[in-house]
Amino acid sequence: MSDYNFAYLDEQTKRMIRRAILKGLAIPGYQVPFASREMPMPYGWGTGGVQVSAAVLTPDDTYKVIDQGADDTTNAVSIRRFFQKTAGVDVTEATSEASVIQTRHRIPEQDLRDDQILVYQVPIPEPLRFLEPSEVETRKMHSLEEYGLMHVKLYEDISQHGDIATAYAYPVKVEGRYVMDPSPIPKFDNPKLEMAGIQLFGAGREQRIYAIPPYTQVVSLDFDDYPFQPTKADHACDLCDATDSYLDELIVDDAGGRLFMCSDTDYCATRRKQGHIGAQGVPYGEDAA
Amino acid sequence: MTPLLQVENIAKFYGARIGCTDVAFDLYPGEVMGIVGESGSGKSTLLNCLAGHLTPDRGAVRFDTRTQGLRDTVTMSEPERRMLSRTDWAFVHQHARDGLRMNVSAGGNVGERLMAVNARHYGDIRAKAIDWLGRVEITEDRIDDRPTAFSGGMQQRLQIARNLVTAPRLVFMDEPTGGLDVSVQARLLDLLRGLVREMNLSAIIVTHDLAVVRLLADRLMVMKDGHVIETGLTDQVLDDPQHAYTQLLVSSVLQV
Repeated sequence: MSDYNFAYLDEQTKRMIRRAILKGLAIPGYQVPFASREMPMPYGWGTGGVQVSAAVLTPDDTYKVIDQGADDTTNAVSIRRFFQKTAGVDVTEATSEASVIQTRHRIPEQDLRDDQILVYQVPIPEPLRFLEPSEVETRKMHSLEEYGLMHVKLYEDISQHGDIATAYAYPVKVEGRYVMDPSPIPKFDNPKLEMAGIQLFGAGREQRIYAIPPYTQVVSLDFDDYPFQPTKADHACDLCDATDSYLDELIVDDAGGRLFMCSDTDYCATRRKQGHIGAQGVPYGEDAA
Repeated sequence: MTPLLQVENIAKFYGARIGCTDVAFDLYPGEVMGIVGESGSGKSTLLNCLAGHLTPDRGAVRFDTRTQGLRDTVTMSEPERRMLSRTDWAFVHQHARDGLRMNVSAGGNVGERLMAVNARHYGDIRAKAIDWLGRVEITEDRIDDRPTAFSGGMQQRLQIARNLVTAPRLVFMDEPTGGLDVSVQARLLDLLRGLVREMNLSAIIVTHDLAVVRLLADRLMVMKDGHVIETGLTDQVLDDPQHAYTQLLVSSVLQV
C-alpha cells in the first residue's frame, strides 16, 4: 500500500474534485466542469465515477460497485478490486452494508439511507446534446432555462412511436430548475431519484460532475396528455418471484426459451435467501452458481 | 399611433469598415418595409442588428412590447431579448437549413416554438402544427417527415410555418425567396402576402430582388455602402428613382 496514495488519486486532485462535488450539491442538476484525470482504465469504463468515488472514499467506508445492477460483471469486479487495492477499503455486495455505491445504469432496488452515497458513471452528461450540438448554446440554454427543445425530443418520440419511447436516460428536471440527464438508467428508476442518499454523477471524458442532494425534487419531463410512466418487463422474476424489480431478459436456448431475472443481483439473492422462489428458480444454495 | 419598431441611428462597424451607419426609421403595425441594395451594402448587417443577432455599436432599436411599451432591445437583458425572439419576433433565414432543425420532423419543427413557451399538451401542439402546415400548403401526411425529405420550396414554407405559429408581431426576412426557382418564388410570395395581410403582420424584408419588394413591401429603403440613400413608398421609389444608384438598380432588372 505504500505504492499509491490513498484511493489512487493525489490529495490535490481529490480536493479539486471535492470542490466540484460541493458546487454540484449546492446547485442541484448543474453540470460543474472539473479537470478530469487520466485513470488506469479506458474512457467509457467509468473513469468519471471512479474519480468521484476516489474523492469521497474514506478508510472507514464500505464500497460496492454495480454494473447494470450486477455485482459480478467484469466492470464491477475490476473497479471494486481497484479500490480494494489502492484504498484498502472494505467491499461488499450487499446494498444495505455499503456506504459508497458506484453504479452504472441502475439504482439499487433497495431504498438507500441518508448515510449512503450513490456514485453514477455518466457517458454523456448533457441532456440537450443530441438536439443541439453546440456546447456554447446548450450552456446558454441551461443558464436561461430554455428547455423547450427537450420536449421536442419527447414530441418526436410520440409522433414516431405513438408513445414516449425513451426508455433510458430519461430527462428530468431537478428542483424545478436544471434539466438533467440521469445517466443511462432505465426510466423505471427515475422515481427513485428522489431519495435519502446523496447522488453524485461523474463524467470523466466529458469532464463534468453534477449532483442531487438528498430529498431533492426530481421530476421526469412529459406531456399533459402523455404522462411519464416508468416501465419494466411485464413479468415476475423467474428466480426470486419479485414483481417490483427491474428485470433482465435472458434468452436461454435456441427454441425461444427465456428467463426474466432481477437486474439487481443483490436484491435477487437476498430474496432467494429469504425463501422466495420464482417460476424457474431453485432454492438458494442449491444451484451451480 | 405608437410605432411597433423605432430604429434610431443604428451603426455597426467591422473594425474600420462600415457595416451600416445612420439608419433610422419607424415601422408601424401592419406595415411591411423592404430593404434593397447590392451584396455588401449592409442590409443583412442591419437586419441582424435589428433582430438582436448582432450588437450595434451605436443607436437604439425600440420595440413596442406587449406589457411595457417601447423598450430598447439593444440594452435589454439577454433572456428578455431571447424571449422576444421566441414569441413576438420571427426570423426567416435565406437558407431554410439555417432556420430549421433538419433532424427533427416537420411537426416537431413547427411545435418547437410552442414548446419553448411552455405548451405541454401533445394533442394541442400537433393540432396546431397540422393547422400551420396546411396554411403553408404542406399536406398533413408529411407532418412526420424530416425537412431533409422536402424540396427547397417546401423547406422554406416549413420555416415560415415554424416562425409564424406563435403569432409573432414582427417578422424579419432575409432573402426569403433566394435560391428558389421563379414559379416556386411566385407561390411563396403569394403565400407570404396572404399571411402578412391576414395576420396583420409587420415585416422587414431584406432582398436584392426588386420583384419581391414590389409585391410585399409598403415602404422601401435603398442601401449602398452601409448608408441609406433613398427611402419612400415602394411604388414611388421603383417608378421614380431619384438617386443615381437606385436608377441603376431599377434599370438593371431584366425585362422579359
